[in-house]
Amino acid sequence: MTDVLFGATQPHFARLVVRKARLPQWAPTLVAAVAVVAASLIGLALGWSLIAIAACAAVVQVVTLPVWSALVENRRAAVDRLATSLVWVALALAVVPLVSLLQQVIALGAREIDGEFLTWSMRNVVGDGGGIYHAAVGTVLITVAATAISVPLGLLSAIYLVEYGGTSRVASGLRFLVDVMTGIPSIVAGLFAYAVFAMLLGPGIHLGIGGAVALSLLMVPIVVRSAEEMLKLVPIELREASYALGVRKWRTVWHVVLPTARAGILTGVTLAVARVVGETAPLLIIAGATDSVNTNLFAGQMESLPVFIYYSYTQPGLNPEHAQGHAWGAALVLITIVVLLNLVARFLGRLPALMPRRRR
Amino acid sequence: MSSQVWAGSSRQRLGDRLFAGTTRAAGLAILLALVGVVVFLALESLPASRAGSVDLRGHTHLIGYLWPLVFGTVLAAALAMLIATPLSIGLALAVSHFTPRPLGRAIGYVVDLLAAVPSVVYGLWGIGVLGPSLVPLYAWLGEHASWLPFFSGPTSPTGRTILTAAIVLAIMVLPIVTGIAREIFAQTPTLQEEAALALGATRWEMVRLAVLPYARSGLVSAVMLGMGRALGETMAVAMVLSATGVVTFDLTSSTNPSTIAGNIALSFPESTGLAVNALIASGLVLFAITLAVNVAARAIVGRRTTGVS
Repeated sequence: MTDVLFGATQPHFARLVVRKARLPQWAPTLVAAVAVVAASLIGLALGWSLIAIAACAAVVQVVTLPVWSALVENRRAAVDRLATSLVWVALALAVVPLVSLLQQVIALGAREIDGEFLTWSMRNVVGDGGGIYHAAVGTVLITVAATAISVPLGLLSAIYLVEYGGTSRVASGLRFLVDVMTGIPSIVAGLFAYAVFAMLLGPGIHLGIGGAVALSLLMVPIVVRSAEEMLKLVPIELREASYALGVRKWRTVWHVVLPTARAGILTGVTLAVARVVGETAPLLIIAGATDSVNTNLFAGQMESLPVFIYYSYTQPGLNPEHAQGHAWGAALVLITIVVLLNLVARFLGRLPALMPRRRR
Repeated sequence: MSSQVWAGSSRQRLGDRLFAGTTRAAGLAILLALVGVVVFLALESLPASRAGSVDLRGHTHLIGYLWPLVFGTVLAAALAMLIATPLSIGLALAVSHFTPRPLGRAIGYVVDLLAAVPSVVYGLWGIGVLGPSLVPLYAWLGEHASWLPFFSGPTSPTGRTILTAAIVLAIMVLPIVTGIAREIFAQTPTLQEEAALALGATRWEMVRLAVLPYARSGLVSAVMLGMGRALGETMAVAMVLSATGVVTFDLTSSTNPSTIAGNIALSFPESTGLAVNALIASGLVLFAITLAVNVAARAIVGRRTTGVS
């Protein structure tokens, strides 16, 4: 009765439908769930690895949803579904290695870590036992030395770029070269440090300070770039207010601009440290490797955590299982350090800009 | 009185000049360091031209020694970019256009974490986890796809092939390319996106019509920057790749081309005399290649009027 009524009174409405047929909103989720369940069932039955199961689920998702869409909706919608599915698969593909890596490092590394592992060196250790103390000491010393070289250099250069260089040709050339410098392969930095020290002190040289020089070559561009960005963020009004009070330019930079940008600069420096603390190749070349604690940057080979990981795994010696376990343990320590540094950087970035202290 | 003021301001001016001079000196020191890299590497590689077949591992001339290494380096990096480019673009699109904002932020953390993992740990993972888990796949490819020159075999029993190394490299450059691509996508003019949507475009059509054309040159330079990193990446290759130094396009066999960086890391600690100079010469070649790639990438960015950094 009502149908007849509607049909009689509003016949043209039926033809004015703008929205075409659409898949329900939960369709992608449903297909994904079905794909995962189906792939896991097949995979478990045939004994596939986790990666194979994930790949199978991804293929099912990428094929099924667009086909369904093409049947119900139209070609354009199907292409859209395909693109969206591919984007989500890319997302999953990027997460899989990270999860696998972290799971492996934590599972194999956590077993190793105890008091002895953290406080012993490998000096005269045969078979079981020993630790990473010598490598940790080396990493800290080399990284601190590299920071001591690159922070003043990078910060002063950034000040030059922002406060003095402006758009001059020297400044834009420096900017370009710093950009290019970020692309220097770490092993080339190591070779450079070796070439310098080999010329000064003879071939076959291994020095902790050489590692610091190599690392600072990698660190400087990061420090310059981040410090430059931060200095640029300081409002010009602060500088002008300072000049208006008769303060000289260098005092303005030192007492007004730098304290304002302090938090951002510290973030940049911390990120730069996090970036180089895990560098292996340059230290392999110039800092060398040893089983003993060496606290002298200027004499003898110096172990570092990444080099320790590398040699423990690739040249495990008489007791391969044990040495490779050491490698995973050291890897866990190294990742923890890097993640902590990143968290510190994030925390520093949240700090409000410190205003210049009032001087009495 | 006036002389005191004069003395004071002169001291101030001295401070100004000292400070400006110091900052300028720091900038020049960076320039010098870069020049120094070229000069010192060149000086130390000169003796390599005298190197004989003992130092060059069987090759009679430096060119013969360098060529297979350059081939392997470029092959590994190109493969890595082949894998990483679509993934990074997908990932960046996911963050900027396809996922809700909180999820996008979470993905940002994941990408940052990927970037934070040291290369030596990627090497550990590649040799300990990824390589072995790819062995069945390689065996399958060797059985069913051996008519392709890429999989002609004999298939590697350890999974330590150039394809595995390239996959590890791809994961390592993923954060770099994704980070830049994300920045570029976020800068797409909103009006153009909305105009596309208002004309009835689906989300993908909007991305294809508004976002990708805007981002094209930026993406090219992002990929080249990633390529620069992949070319110079050392530890992952040195650990994962079981290299024999051949020139082949076979991706899954047990004989693989070596890369410059990987070869230096593996050979340097045991080398003496002219072999060291030969390695430094190969490092100089690597530096030249990465420098060229980086300069080209920066030049493409620089040409853009919008100025993406």
